[in-house]
Amino acid sequence: MKPEKLAGMANQIAQFFESQPGDQSHAVADHINANWAPTMRDTFLAAADKLDLHPLVKAALPEIRAPQRG
Amino acid sequence: MKDFIIPDGVHGPKLSDMGTPEKSGPPVTLVIDGMDVSVPEGTSVMRAAAEAGITVPKLCATDMLDAYGSCRLCVVEIEGMRGTPASCTTPVREGMVVKTQTDQLTRLRRGVMELYISDHPLDCLTCAANGDCELQDMAGAVGLRDVRYAPGENHVETRAAEGANPLYIPRDDSNPYFFYDPSKCIVCMRCVRACEEVQGTFALTVDGRGFDARISTGTEDFLNSDCVSCGACVQACPTATLQEKTVDEIGVPEHSVVTTCAYCGVGCSFEAQMRGDQLVRMVPWKEGKANRGHSCVKGRFAWGYANHGDRILNPMIRDSITDAWREVSWEEALEFAANGIKRAQAKHGKDSVGVITSSRCTNEETFLVQKLARAVMGTNNTDTCARVCHSPTGYGLKQTFGTSAGTQDFDSVEQVDCAVVIGANPTDGHPVFGSRLRKRLRQGAKLIVVDPRRIDLLETPHMGEGHHLPLRPGTNVAVLTAMAHVIVTEGLFDEAFIRERCDWDEWSDYAEFAADPAHSPEAVEELTGVPAEALRQAARTYAAAPNGAIYYGLGVTEHSQGSTTVIAIANLAMMTGNIGRPGVGVNPLRGQNNVQGSCDMGSFPHELPGYRHVSDDTARHGFEVEWGVTLDPEPGLRIPNMLDAAVAGDFKAIYIQGEDILQSDPDTHHVAAGLAAMECVIVHDLFLNETARYAHVFLPGSTFLEKDGTFTNAERRINPVRKVMAPKAGLADWEATQALANALGAGWSYTHPSEIMDEIARTTPAFAGVTYDLIDQMGSVQWPCNDAHPQGSPVMHEDGFVRGAGRFIRTAYVATEERTGPRFPLLLTTGRILSQYNVGAQTRRTENSVWHAEDRLEIHPHDAETRGIRDGDWVRLASRAGETSLRATITDRVSPGVVYTTFHHPDTQANVVTTDNSDWATNCPEYKVTAVQVGLSNGPSDWQELYTAQTKLTRRVEAAE
Repeated sequence: MKPEKLAGMANQIAQFFESQPGDQSHAVADHINANWAPTMRDTFLAAADKLDLHPLVKAALPEIRAPQRG
Repeated sequence: MKDFIIPDGVHGPKLSDMGTPEKSGPPVTLVIDGMDVSVPEGTSVMRAAAEAGITVPKLCATDMLDAYGSCRLCVVEIEGMRGTPASCTTPVREGMVVKTQTDQLTRLRRGVMELYISDHPLDCLTCAANGDCELQDMAGAVGLRDVRYAPGENHVETRAAEGANPLYIPRDDSNPYFFYDPSKCIVCMRCVRACEEVQGTFALTVDGRGFDARISTGTEDFLNSDCVSCGACVQACPTATLQEKTVDEIGVPEHSVVTTCAYCGVGCSFEAQMRGDQLVRMVPWKEGKANRGHSCVKGRFAWGYANHGDRILNPMIRDSITDAWREVSWEEALEFAANGIKRAQAKHGKDSVGVITSSRCTNEETFLVQKLARAVMGTNNTDTCARVCHSPTGYGLKQTFGTSAGTQDFDSVEQVDCAVVIGANPTDGHPVFGSRLRKRLRQGAKLIVVDPRRIDLLETPHMGEGHHLPLRPGTNVAVLTAMAHVIVTEGLFDEAFIRERCDWDEWSDYAEFAADPAHSPEAVEELTGVPAEALRQAARTYAAAPNGAIYYGLGVTEHSQGSTTVIAIANLAMMTGNIGRPGVGVNPLRGQNNVQGSCDMGSFPHELPGYRHVSDDTARHGFEVEWGVTLDPEPGLRIPNMLDAAVAGDFKAIYIQGEDILQSDPDTHHVAAGLAAMECVIVHDLFLNETARYAHVFLPGSTFLEKDGTFTNAERRINPVRKVMAPKAGLADWEATQALANALGAGWSYTHPSEIMDEIARTTPAFAGVTYDLIDQMGSVQWPCNDAHPQGSPVMHEDGFVRGAGRFIRTAYVATEERTGPRFPLLLTTGRILSQYNVGAQTRRTENSVWHAEDRLEIHPHDAETRGIRDGDWVRLASRAGETSLRATITDRVSPGVVYTTFHHPDTQANVVTTDNSDWATNCPEYKVTAVQVGLSNGPSDWQELYTAQTKLTRRVEAAE
């Protein structure tokens, strides 16, 4: 899966939450954790430092779960 | 309705025609033929008699239509009333004493019948309606034995004394499904009234008076008239004047089974009227709670695909998609498929495979397909075509109300005072609901349409206000937030409701957000194209209506902000208190017959059946115990993600039941690349669909006539689907899925879909009370159906929201990335048309194509003129994703700057043009906004010609050895 496309999806999620009250970066991470398959999160996290990311996505990175499974 | 009752009705009571519609009111008691009868005030004497089991002869009356009082056959004697009043138009009164059979009445009725028969052919024995004719029945009922009138002027004979009979009009066979034979017409006006009152099209009228009166379409024939072929007139006709051609060809049916239409999300109930295992006709069932006896051209007539020569009836396999197909046994095909899946998982891991469940198949079949993925393949890679239509409804309504479901039943429309229709075209997409809505509009309900296109609903006769907000595609959120702005700043919200039902802090936050002057209609007018004053008026109208209901379709969901728009709709309903009672609510109009059901059944990769997240330990544990496996707590891949993963080389095998992703999903080139990168594509369908050109295994599917099960319609109604003939390919779809699971080692042993429903009920709280017995008994049931709601739930959130307090969520407008510019200056939006359904796999294989043989591009006269395009010209439609060619229709239904087309035909391939932009929350594709350029062309594009060549190459079938 292309990391650039995932970055686009993450940025779209951030654009929604940036107008919401509350902990915005947490909400972004939550949405990604709940809806993205582990392989998508994997690919995304591995490439994150090279991607053009919305500030909220950057702030959410530590909370985006790496796959738990063995 | 013809009151012909087929013996041995398999399900449901035998129905008779009560003559006039049911009324509600305080009871009134009267005496009919010496019997005491109690009926609601307003009931006709005719209906009261019918309630008492007394049949009054009638011809122009039927309980689908208001009484008309023209045939004079239903006359009765009433003590204290002069003469012999018509029982259909006379309302009951307390203490009335009625006689329905006296010597005087017998004489009068015979006289009336004699006149009718004097101008009616006496070819009963060879007539298509023989045995199903009310005129014939009534001649018998009144004891007519003799016609005294000598031959004279008539509408029956082709010839008169001198040359041709000028009064004779030959039969009109122009409609593919029924004929109009004026020689058999008794001018009872039932067809004209059905077209007005039931369908709302007003295509029929009566020309002339008295003996000269003729039913007319006002045009040369039915096909070229306004007639939409809904069948209401055919059903209303008491004779063979308007008659199904199948009955003419086959004869009258001998038994019938009540089942559910397999087309749109309205989910109409039909009687499949059969002769042996041959379907004679589909007749809308009066007791059907979604359709109340009405139908559209698709469900009523377009079922011929079930017998079409293109049906594939044998399983087929091939090693490479460039090979010819080889017909094999089910065993060989299933082993080949199972090996493909096993090989992929062994080499690329268990998540390298997945499934797509079908929104056209039954709940039971969908449940099994997602179970196959989760429990047998061990992956949550399951998705459904709802991904590309209503996934934002799932997200938006779950966030705000707590569950993803329309809040009302369709009967609720009868109490609506203001209907807001957003991004939906009910008269084409959901025709029977469209007719029910139009009926309410004729009674005075107000209408607000939010749509880039001037839809037919706006043109329909209605008594109340009609508002059209013709917004620029992609600006739904801005328009709806501006409506909220008006309601908040003008103080039109329902504070009591909000205080009682919603979270006040979240409301305060939302109110502050919406009140921002940046969200005012004036501030967004330039962006949305909607005049500020029109928007203000619409917002006031909705807020002021005693009952305001929002109905929406894919014009809401299929946007990059689809989920935000659904939230905005929920916000509007909550702030105006329009939730939790009949006549209000938020009503998603679902595209396909079982979109609601496929979502309910856990088709989404992140949700188990009943909308419970896979990470929910309690929910997962329930299924682990039931299924004896360990389930993955991580979400799986969605359809677009599966395709992306396939292109990247990580996704290798897929089982697709009843969905044609190559035609229906956006950005065809990308879908094709994804499918081509897979090693084992298993397509389970009725036809070699477009996706099958990339398939290695083809499993032949079964139609809704060939299996038992249930469909869940847009009002959460679980409707029965009943088998009326054996599966033509040997296995019903649920049996094929079970066989595939067992080839993968599952060891399933379902013997009937009712056992699958029992498993659903055991594991899914909202379905806990659902059984086939309950459905047989009630006819249908709306979930939630459990201990708290043993009879189901017509209206949701009656005493409070499912999630507790209703939640307001801010809805900031974010422009889509799909922008117009110098290269692509127009916005393309897509939709559907009445006669065709979705990708057209079914309807294109019926006579419905006479109404819509090709997809056309609608373009405004201004845009056409600057490009030199004339009506009917071939034009090239190009976007950043691709290009195609089709012919243009010039119309001002679309605004300047907007073009529109349908996606029913594979040779047009509108989705070559659509992009892979998608909804931020759910990846629902943004079908409704594509920046395009349009120019003259010489004919089909290179892609279309290449595609046609590829069709031939990939569809070769070798004969079995």
